[in-house]
Amino acid sequence: MQKTKTLKALRRVKKSRKLNRSRAGNILMFLFLIGFAVYSALPLVLIVLQSIKPINELFVYPPKFYVINPTLNNFKQLSSLMSTTWIPFSRYVFNSLFISVIGTVGHIVVASMCAFPLAKLNLKGGNFIFQVIVLSLMFAPSVSDIVNYQTMSNLGLLDTYLAILVPALGSSLGLYIMKQFMSQIPDSLIESASIDGASTFRIFWKIIMPNVKPAWLTLAIFSFQNLWNNANTTYIYSEPLKSLPYALNQIVSGGIIRAGAGAAVSVILLIVPMALFILTQSRIIETMSTSGMKE
Amino acid sequence: MKSSSNNQIRYLKRNYQGYLLMIPYLAVFIIFTVYPVITSVVLSFTTYNVFQSPIFIGFDNYVQLFFTDSIFPTAMQNTFLIAIVVGPLSYFLSLFLAWMVNEFENPWRTLLTVIFYAPTLSNSVFTIWMIVFDGDIYGFLNSFLLKLGFIEDPIQWRTNPQYMMMVVIVVQLWVSLGTSFLTLRAGFNTVDRQYYEAAAIDGIKNRFQELWFITLPMMAPHLMLSAVLAITNTFTSANVATVMTGFPSVNYATHTIMHHLQDYGTIRYERGYASAIATVLFLFSLLFNKFAQKLISRIGK
Repeated sequence: MQKTKTLKALRRVKKSRKLNRSRAGNILMFLFLIGFAVYSALPLVLIVLQSIKPINELFVYPPKFYVINPTLNNFKQLSSLMSTTWIPFSRYVFNSLFISVIGTVGHIVVASMCAFPLAKLNLKGGNFIFQVIVLSLMFAPSVSDIVNYQTMSNLGLLDTYLAILVPALGSSLGLYIMKQFMSQIPDSLIESASIDGASTFRIFWKIIMPNVKPAWLTLAIFSFQNLWNNANTTYIYSEPLKSLPYALNQIVSGGIIRAGAGAAVSVILLIVPMALFILTQSRIIETMSTSGMKE
Repeated sequence: MKSSSNNQIRYLKRNYQGYLLMIPYLAVFIIFTVYPVITSVVLSFTTYNVFQSPIFIGFDNYVQLFFTDSIFPTAMQNTFLIAIVVGPLSYFLSLFLAWMVNEFENPWRTLLTVIFYAPTLSNSVFTIWMIVFDGDIYGFLNSFLLKLGFIEDPIQWRTNPQYMMMVVIVVQLWVSLGTSFLTLRAGFNTVDRQYYEAAAIDGIKNRFQELWFITLPMMAPHLMLSAVLAITNTFTSANVATVMTGFPSVNYATHTIMHHLQDYGTIRYERGYASAIATVLFLFSLLFNKFAQKLISRIGK
C-alpha cells in the first residue's frame, strides 16, 4: 500500500517535470545555443585554418575560410624566422613555460597557506584581511603598473624572472577561490586532528592540502593562463628573458608576409592552456561551485 | 592591564603558526596591491613627473580632469558605453548559456563548456578578428558583404569612427564571455535537481519561473562574484581596443579611461594626473559593483 503511494507520487513528479520542458522551448534554446557556439568557436577555427594555409592561399581574393592544400610550413618556419635575432625561438617557449609553471606552483602554495587561517582558524583581524582582498577583486592590477615599476626597481627585481613571478604569487582571485573552497571542509576534521596534538602547520599540510585538490587545479588554470599570456615588456627588457607572446608581437610586426607564422604562434599560445583546461574542467566547475560571494 | 597583555601573549602563542602561514601571501599582496593603491591616491593630489619630487596641489588634478580636460569626457563616455553594453550583455548571455549547457548531459556539456571558455584562455587569439574586420576587400566581413551585394565599397571597420566602437564591442564581448560563463556554470551546478521536482509539485509552471524563483536565488553568491569580475574586466580592458583600432584611436572614437591613464602615466609621465585618473576609475568600478549588488539582492522577490 505504502509502496504504491510513493510510486504514484513519483509518477506525478515525472509527469510534471515533462510539463516544465516544452518541446518548442527546447528547440528555441537549442538554436540560441548553436548560434552563440558558432560565434565563440568560429574565430578559433579560423585561426587554426590560417595557420595551415600555404602563403598563396592566405592572400587569395576573395578570402576563403577553408584551406585547400594544408601545410605545416608556417610552424616549421618559426625557428628560422627568429634567427635574425640572436635568441632561438625555443628560448621564448622555455621562458613562457618556466614562468608559468614556477609561478603557478608558487601561487598555489602561497595562496593556500594564507587561505587556511582565513577560512578555518578564526584569527583576530582575519575577517578584515579577507574584506580587503575581496575589495581588491574590484581593482584591476594593470592600474598599479606605474607604482609597481618603482617598487621593483627599489627591490632589484627589474629585468629578472622574479619581476613576473613575485606579483603573480599575490593574485587576489586565487586566494579568494581557495578560501571559499576551504570553508566547506568540515570543522570536525580539523578538531579531531588538533585533539591528537597536531600543530597548525601539520594540519595544513597533512589534512587541508590533500582535501583541496580540485581547488589546486582551479588556481592552476587561472594562474597558468595569466602567466602564459604575459607579454611582460614593462618590467623585462633583456631579450633572453622575454616570453612567447612577446615573440608573437615581434613576428607579426614583420608585416603582412608573416601572417601565416603569426597564426601558427597564436595556435601554440592557445593549445597549451586549452589542453590544460580540457583535462581539468570538471574539477574547476566543482571548485567554482563553492566560490560564491556573500555580501 | 597586566592580565590583558598576558592574554594577548597567550593568544599569540596559541595562534602564531596561523599568522606565520599568512605572511608570504600578505607580504606580496601588501607590496604589489595595497601599497600602489594608497600611493596612487596620495599622488593624485600632487604634480609629479618621476624625476622631481612630487609637489602638493590639492584637488587641482581632479578639477582639471572634470572641467578642463577636453578628452576625458569622451573617454568616460566610451568606458561607460562599453561597460553598459558589454557588461550586462555578456553577463546575461553567460547566464542563459550556462543555464542551457547545464541541461545537457556529458559529453555535450564538456564540449560546450570548452567552446565557450576557449576565447578567454589566450589573450592573443582575438587578433584573428583583425582579418575579419580588415578595411580592404581582403577582409572576411567586407568580402562576404560585397559578395552578397549588401555594400558596394569596402567599409573601413577599424578606422571609421562610425564603426570602430561596434567592432570593439563585438570583440570585447567575444573575449569576456568565458569568465562569467564558467562562474555561473558552476553556480548552476550547486542547485540540487530535487528542488525542481519539489517545485513542480508546488505549482511552478515553466522553466522561466523555475529559473527566477528557485535557481537564481540559490546561486545569488555566484551571480555576485560573476558580476564583480565582469564589471572590473569591462572597466579596465584597453587591450582589445588598442589592437583593433589603434592607440590613440581615430577621433578618440574608442579612447577609454584606461587609455587616458596609459597616455598620462607611461607616455607623458604626468604621474600625479595619471594617479587621479586611476583613482576615479577605481571609484567608478566600486560604484558599479555596489549598484550590481543592490540589483542582485532583489532577485526572486
